[in-house]
Amino acid sequence: MSAASSAAPQAPGSSRVWERFTPRQRLSRFAVYLGLVAAIVASARTVEVIPEFLYDAPQQVQDLLERMWPIAWHHYAGGVHDALVDTLHIATLGTLLAIVMALPVGLAAAGNLVPNRIVNHLARLVLVSSRSVNSLVWALLFVAVFGPGAIAGTLAIAFRSVGFVGKLVGEALEETDRGTIEALQAAGAPWASRLLWGYWPQIKPAFWSIALFRWDINVRESAVLGLVGAGGIGMALDTAMNLFQWDRVALVLFAIFAVVVIAELAVTHLRQRIL
Amino acid sequence: MSAAPDLPSVPPPGHREAFRPDWLARAGWLLLALYVAYAVGRLDFSVERFVTGLDNGERFLARMFPPRIVQPDSLLKGLTESLEIAVLASFAGIVLALPIGLLAARNLMPAWASWPARALIAAARSFHPVIVAIIFVKAVGFGALAGIGALVLASVGFIGKLFAEAIEEISAKQVEAVRATGASFMNVILFGVMPQVFSRFIGFATYQLDSNLRNSTMVGIVGAGGIGGTLFSAFQRFDYDFVAAILLSIIAMIMLGELLAGWVRGVFLERGRVDQE
Repeated sequence: MSAASSAAPQAPGSSRVWERFTPRQRLSRFAVYLGLVAAIVASARTVEVIPEFLYDAPQQVQDLLERMWPIAWHHYAGGVHDALVDTLHIATLGTLLAIVMALPVGLAAAGNLVPNRIVNHLARLVLVSSRSVNSLVWALLFVAVFGPGAIAGTLAIAFRSVGFVGKLVGEALEETDRGTIEALQAAGAPWASRLLWGYWPQIKPAFWSIALFRWDINVRESAVLGLVGAGGIGMALDTAMNLFQWDRVALVLFAIFAVVVIAELAVTHLRQRIL
Repeated sequence: MSAAPDLPSVPPPGHREAFRPDWLARAGWLLLALYVAYAVGRLDFSVERFVTGLDNGERFLARMFPPRIVQPDSLLKGLTESLEIAVLASFAGIVLALPIGLLAARNLMPAWASWPARALIAAARSFHPVIVAIIFVKAVGFGALAGIGALVLASVGFIGKLFAEAIEEISAKQVEAVRATGASFMNVILFGVMPQVFSRFIGFATYQLDSNLRNSTMVGIVGAGGIGGTLFSAFQRFDYDFVAAILLSIIAMIMLGELLAGWVRGVFLERGRVDQE
């Protein structure tokens, strides 16, 4: 349409000027820029920052590094190794539990599997509320319920991951090809068989990739949960910090770093082999 | 023609039985079950703990409702501070991440420039923001500054990585065309590279603002400013009705932030324009 109108002869002087954006777009972009600048300026002016603390930050960091060195390696076997292994178990069990809980909710959220809008929306609401609460908050809640320990951490990881896994599994299900499903349906396959032989093979690669990705995130997150008493290496970190044993803090930080790097390498390797 | 084809009683070579049992997968499930049993034992889960926990949970929920705002001042101050931390950290983080991400893109930069930048990005990503916040609290004291520092580092890690990956995926044709006009290096970046990655950049910048908002409500747990400190102390005082009020306001703030981020994406990604025409 625009090509036709530009080819049409036009009276000189009334030629239309090409504009990249409509006035409304320009206005909304301007509003975004204005809002951004206003937010930044307002935040910078009202945020409570004590400049004196900033001046001696280099000294503090130097002091910190001196206290951290040499790293207390001898402490590893006694106080860190078990906590580190616990962290891995919390992440793995939490991910498994999340998958078990997320599959039914993800199925219910997929519009092509459950053709009922109310059920879809309810399932999505469950997934959104799981995601909008941070895993540290979930951990605080479960520590209040089950007491300090790994059980609170595992449940926190699981409840935070349900939203993530469920959302992605639901989206993968909605993107499946109908051909196979219709073939199975035509052959008279019951619902469970359609699920197992029609949908599952199609979402299998996406599913494994989601599970691995979430496990990788959970390894990082489970290392922090101990700060609120939910078990794992974070508790060792908390104890060492409360006692100002910075050489042990350095050891714990190094251990977390090593585990995170190994987990990421493992996930990358597995993903290449599976996909 | 009308005769039915003979059904072979012996499957021909290469015949694949449909739905045959996959013994490898079954062994995998067995291993998984064994692992779960072992890990559950190791982490000291038990049915009785679970049952007492459920009892506790009931009382806990009863004390949470109805939510009650015990200290409106500290709630409001905490929420504002979280918002400020998120805004400033996103701004500073994005400004820092752009040059670092550009340096880390291997298709534009020589190896001596890209490797240090990639190492920096990897280091910034390896720790959870709350752990980084602990270090910053030690370095610059309690308060919002520590939270800002921690989230700036997290933003540099995330945006830097995605920005570098986006640049590595651009088409070289436009870059070469701009270069062929004799443009300087800055002009190649501005007119050959940036237009290709701009829409993706908007995507992860809004995502990062969202994620910083979530984390800025948490760094307070280790004393780095924001609503997290208020939440944690309410928990320690067993003011569970105030905890519920804080949690609800955090969730409301995050959802508002998500809506705003979605609107900004809509403004810049011109989805509306395509629909209108």
